[in-house]
Amino acid sequence: MTLTQAEKATVVTIWAKVATQADAIGAESLERLFSSYPQTKTYFPHFDLSQGSAQLRGHGSKVMNAIGEAVKHIDDIRGALAKLSELHAYILRVDPVNFKLLSHCILCSVAARYPSDFTPEVHAAWDKFLSSVSSVLTEKYR
Amino acid sequence: MVLSANDKSNVKSIFSKISSHAEEYGAETLERMFTTYPQTKTYFPHFDLHHGSAQVKAHGKKVAAALIEAANHIDDIAGALSKLSDLHAQKLRVDPVNFKLLGQCFMVVVAIHHPSALTPEIHASLDKFLCAVGNVLTSKYR
Repeated sequence: MTLTQAEKATVVTIWAKVATQADAIGAESLERLFSSYPQTKTYFPHFDLSQGSAQLRGHGSKVMNAIGEAVKHIDDIRGALAKLSELHAYILRVDPVNFKLLSHCILCSVAARYPSDFTPEVHAAWDKFLSSVSSVLTEKYR
Repeated sequence: MVLSANDKSNVKSIFSKISSHAEEYGAETLERMFTTYPQTKTYFPHFDLHHGSAQVKAHGKKVAAALIEAANHIDDIAGALSKLSDLHAQKLRVDPVNFKLLGQCFMVVVAIHHPSALTPEIHASLDKFLCAVGNVLTSKYR
């Protein structure tokens, strides 16, 4: 699955807005993930997952930074996220299904904060983009 | 996900064993899929799906032929299955989840007929190959 030029442009444009609230969106997405899909908490036994926890906020920022990197290097997401890809493959081993869940939660958070910007086209482009990121993060698993 | 040189040679080796029975395995794969995952029948309202149906046999032959084509052009599966990829994207629109189900049924069929050939390493390579085929067939969906 490849992103068309139009889709890349869409992602970059919406990211400019999302980036201004990246940390909050990151924390909120994780919160949504843990409440809607409690099984995802399995990967964070070492975290305080209560609302507003510093660890949640810190981790949310990490996730959004990585997404920002992918946006910045949208023509070579694989290259940009190579180290993260290895981390997920050899150490974290997050089951691939969870990337869909997190992506979905990020989409919801973005949609909630930018309702008029989140047109069907933007929605589709973002979803494709997050799918690409997820593919890259799971491609070295085997 | 990329097929290693080892994966490719494993796939070629197992296919050389099964290619003489490919049509039969194709039909059996479909039959198992329709039985175990009845929701997959939704794509075949125009078929007689009873055991031994000529339509299922014919379709099994098609599926097997495509897999053999992919195995024979394992360095460029996307190229080899490009037309099929268009067909699935523009006309058939089979939900991507079903490719996994078909792939699994195919593995079961191979396991039944060639138990000693399907070692864990070959199993892993074949599974990777079937995933790659599924990815190619859904790559033009959006």
